[in-house]
Amino acid sequence: MMDATDMPLALPLAAVMLAAGLAAFLDGRRAALAGCGMGGLAFLAYALVLPAVAAGPVASGFWAVPSLGVTGGLRLDGLSLLFALLITGIGALVLLYAGRYLQGDPRLGRLVVLLLLFMAAMLGAVTADDVVTLFVFWELTSLASFFLVAYDHEKPGARKAALQALLVTGGGGLALLAGLILVAMAAGTTSLTGIIAAREAVLAHPAAVPAMLLIVLGCFTKSAQFPFHFWLPNAMAAPTPVSAYLHSATMVKLGVYLLARLNPVYGTEGLWQDLLAGVGLLTAATGAVLALRETDLKRVLAYTTVTALGTLTMLIGVAPELSATAAVTFLLVHALYKAALFLIAGIVDHETGTRDASALGGLRAAMPWTATAAVLAAFSMAGLPPFVGFVAKEIVYEAKIASDGGAGPVVIVGFLVNAAGVAIAGLLSWRLFFGSPRPTPRVPHDPPLAMLAGPFLLASLGLLAGAAPSFLGDWLLDGAAGAVLGHPPEVQLKLWHGFTPVLALSLATVALGMLILRLWPRLLPRLRATERLDRIGPGHGYERAMAGLIAWAEGTTRAVQHGDLRGYMRILLLVVALGPLAVLVARGGLALPEGAGLDPRAPAFGLIALGALATALARSTFAAVLAMGLVGFGTAIVFLTFGAPDVALTQFTVEVLLVVILATVLARLPLRERDRRSRRQRAGDAAVALVAGSSVTALLLAVLASPFDPRLGVWFGENSVPGGHGQNVVNVILVDFRALDTLGEIAVLAIAAFAVIALLRGAARPLRTGS
Amino acid sequence: MHASLILRVSAPLLLWVPMVVSFYLLVRGHNAPGGGFVGGLVASAGLVFFAISRGQTAALRLMRLPPAAWCGAGLLVAAGSGLLAWLDPSAGYLTHRWWFLDLPVKLPLNTAFVFDVGVYLVVIGTVTALVFALVAEE
Repeated sequence: MMDATDMPLALPLAAVMLAAGLAAFLDGRRAALAGCGMGGLAFLAYALVLPAVAAGPVASGFWAVPSLGVTGGLRLDGLSLLFALLITGIGALVLLYAGRYLQGDPRLGRLVVLLLLFMAAMLGAVTADDVVTLFVFWELTSLASFFLVAYDHEKPGARKAALQALLVTGGGGLALLAGLILVAMAAGTTSLTGIIAAREAVLAHPAAVPAMLLIVLGCFTKSAQFPFHFWLPNAMAAPTPVSAYLHSATMVKLGVYLLARLNPVYGTEGLWQDLLAGVGLLTAATGAVLALRETDLKRVLAYTTVTALGTLTMLIGVAPELSATAAVTFLLVHALYKAALFLIAGIVDHETGTRDASALGGLRAAMPWTATAAVLAAFSMAGLPPFVGFVAKEIVYEAKIASDGGAGPVVIVGFLVNAAGVAIAGLLSWRLFFGSPRPTPRVPHDPPLAMLAGPFLLASLGLLAGAAPSFLGDWLLDGAAGAVLGHPPEVQLKLWHGFTPVLALSLATVALGMLILRLWPRLLPRLRATERLDRIGPGHGYERAMAGLIAWAEGTTRAVQHGDLRGYMRILLLVVALGPLAVLVARGGLALPEGAGLDPRAPAFGLIALGALATALARSTFAAVLAMGLVGFGTAIVFLTFGAPDVALTQFTVEVLLVVILATVLARLPLRERDRRSRRQRAGDAAVALVAGSSVTALLLAVLASPFDPRLGVWFGENSVPGGHGQNVVNVILVDFRALDTLGEIAVLAIAAFAVIALLRGAARPLRTGS
Repeated sequence: MHASLILRVSAPLLLWVPMVVSFYLLVRGHNAPGGGFVGGLVASAGLVFFAISRGQTAALRLMRLPPAAWCGAGLLVAAGSGLLAWLDPSAGYLTHRWWFLDLPVKLPLNTAFVFDVGVYLVVIGTVTALVFALVAEE
C-alpha cells in the first residue's frame, strides 16, 4: 500500500516554499498572481492523487533523525487530502483576491510571501506523518499568523492582536509539544501511524491522561475553543484575505485536524468524548451569542467561525459512526461558505468604505454580482437545500440525535446555534443587499473579476457539491471520515432523506432563524447589554495576566537591574569569592602549606599591602587611584624578584598606561570628589572586601599546600631552544607552543575593542545630537 | 584638551622614544624579556600620550587606519602566519617555520615573529580603541 505509490509528497510543499522565496523578488501584484498560479498547480497536483488516495494512504520519506528516533515521513490519506485541497484551492483564490484587494500597497509583496509560507506550513502540518514534523509546521503557521495579523504594524491594535494570537496559540503549542513527546514515548515512535497502531500502549502509559489533556489544550488554543476563543475575533485586525484564509478556512481548523487525527487513539475514552463534546458545545453557543451582538461584519464572521469550530470539536467528541462523516462534511462546507463570505465582507468594506452591518443595506442594485455570490454562500451557511450546507446540517443533526448520552442538550443547543446561523446568514445576504439602500462613505459598485472570482467559485461549489453529495462522499469525504474513525465509514451522504424528524428540525431551525433576523434590530441592544459580562470573561483574564506579567517583570528588573554600580560589584565579588570557596569546603580541600617560612623578599608584599590599605582608607578618588598604582608597582616588583622579568615588564607597562589613561579620564571627572558613603555603607563594603579577601587567601593557601608539579615548567625550559629557537620561554610558549591559545586571546581582545567602540559610540551619539 | 605649547611642539619628537622602545621589545622578545604584547602596550602608551598632547584627530591621522582596522590587520597577520605550516602536510596549524639565512649577518627568518607582530598590532588597536572611545572628543 505504501510502496505501490511512493510519490514525492514533499514536492508541492517545496514548490510552494520556493514560490514564497521567489515572490520576494517580484512586485506585489505579480507576486500575488505567481502565488495564485503556484497554489493552483499544487491544488491540481493534490487533485490528481485523489484516485490513488481513495484506494489507500500514500506515504513518502521527507527527513529523518534516526539517532533521535524521529521518523519524519509524509503521508497523505483522505483527511490530509481534504485539508490539502482546501489549503491550496482557497489559498490560490485568496492570493488572486489579495492582489486586487491590496493593489498599490507597498506591503503586498510581503503579504504574498507570508501567505505562501503559511500555505507551505499548513501543507506540511496536515501531511506530516510524524509528530515532530507536525509540531514544527504547526508552530510555523502560528508565526505566519502573527506576522499576518500584524500586517498594519503601525497600529497598536494590530500589534496587540498579533501578540495575543501568538501567545495563546504559541502557549498551547508548548502544551502540545509536551503532550506529543509523552505520547511518542509511550508509543515508542514519533510516527503518527505508529502511534495510532500502538493505541493500547499509549492508553496504558501512566502519563496517558496528562498527555491527552496537553494535546487537547494545544488543539483548543489553536482552534479557538472556549475559553481561548477570544483571540480569534481580535485577529480580525489582519487584512480580510488573511482572515478568510487563516482565520476561518484553514489555520484555525488545524486543532480540529489533530483532534480528528488522534480520534482513532482516544475515541473510545470517556474523558476525551466528554471534554470534546462539552467544550465544543460551549464554544458553539458562546460564538453564536457573541456573533449576534456584533455589527462589524468581520467580527460577526469571526464569531460564527468560533461556532463552527465548536461544532466540529463537538462532533469529533460525539461517539457514533455518523459524527465522523458529519464532521468532515461540515468542515468542507464551512470552509467553502465561510471563506466566500469573508471575501464578500472584504468586497463590501473595500467598495463602500464601511463594514458596519447596521449601516449597510440595499447594495443589490449597485453590486449585483457580489449580491449573487453572497446569497449563494449564505444559503449554504443557512443549510437550505439544494446546497451542500443542507447536506451537512442534516447529517450533523442526525449525528447529534444518534449520540448516546446527553443527546437532549446536544440537540437543543445545536438547534439554537443553527438558528442563530440562519439569522446571521440572512443578515449577511438579506440585510446587506436587499431592502432600501443606505448612504455609504463610497459609491459602491461591483469589484473587478479577480476579487469576484474567489467568492463566486467557492459559493457555486457549495451548490454543485450539494447536488451530487454521493460523488463528494465517494471521492473525498469517505476517506477523510475513515481516517477519523480508524475504519471506513458506512454512511452515505444524501441530499434528500425523505420526511424524517430531522427534516422537521431543519424547517424549525430556518423558521426560528428568520424570526431572529426580523427581531435583530430590537434584540441588538439587549445583546449588547451582555458586554458587561466581558469583565469576567477569558479575554479580560488574558489582559489581567499580561498586565501582571509585565508588572512582575518590572519588579524583578528593578530588584536585579537597579543600576547601582556598587550593588553590582558587591554581588559580583561575593559570587566570585564564595563560589570557589564553597566548592573547596565541600570537597574538603582547605589546607595550610607546611613549613612555609618568611621569605626574604617579603618587603615587596608589604608594599602591596600598604597600597591596598591606603586605597581603602583614601578620602578622595584621586588619592585612591594613586594608592592603587602602589599596589600595581608592588606586584611588578614581586614578579621581578621571583624571576619573571617578562611579566614584571608587562605589569610596569600596564601601570604606566593606566596612569596615562586615568590622567586623561580623570581630567573630566570631579577629581576631589569626597567619599560620600554613610558609615553603614562603608561598614558593609568593608565586610564584602573582608569576605572576598579571606576567601581568596584560603584558596591560595590551599593551592600552596598541594605539592608543586614542576613537569610543565621543566619541559618548556628544555624544549624552548631546540623546539622554538628562543631563549625567552614565556614568549616561546605564547607565540609557538601555545600559539593557538594566543590567537584566541587576541581575537577576544579585538572583539572587546569592537564592542567598546560600538557601545561608547552609541552612548555618545544621542548626547551629541542632544547638545 | 589644552596641552601646553611645549608639549604640543615636542610631542611628535617624543613619540619616537616609545615607538623605538616598543619595536626593540618586539624584536628581542623571542630571546629576552619583551614580545608583541609588551611592545604593543608601550607603543599604544606612546600613541595615547600623543593624543593627549596633540588631540585625538591628529593621533588617528598618524595611525592612518582606525583602531578597529589595526585589530583586524593584526588578527589576519597572526592567523595567516600559521598557514605556512602546511608546507609540511603533517604539521599542525601554527607550527612555526624557521629559515636561518647565512648572510653577512645571521638572519633567522621565522613565522613565529610574524605571529608576534600580529599580537603587537592587535594590542595597539585594542588599547587605542578603548582610550579614544573613553575620552571621546566633542
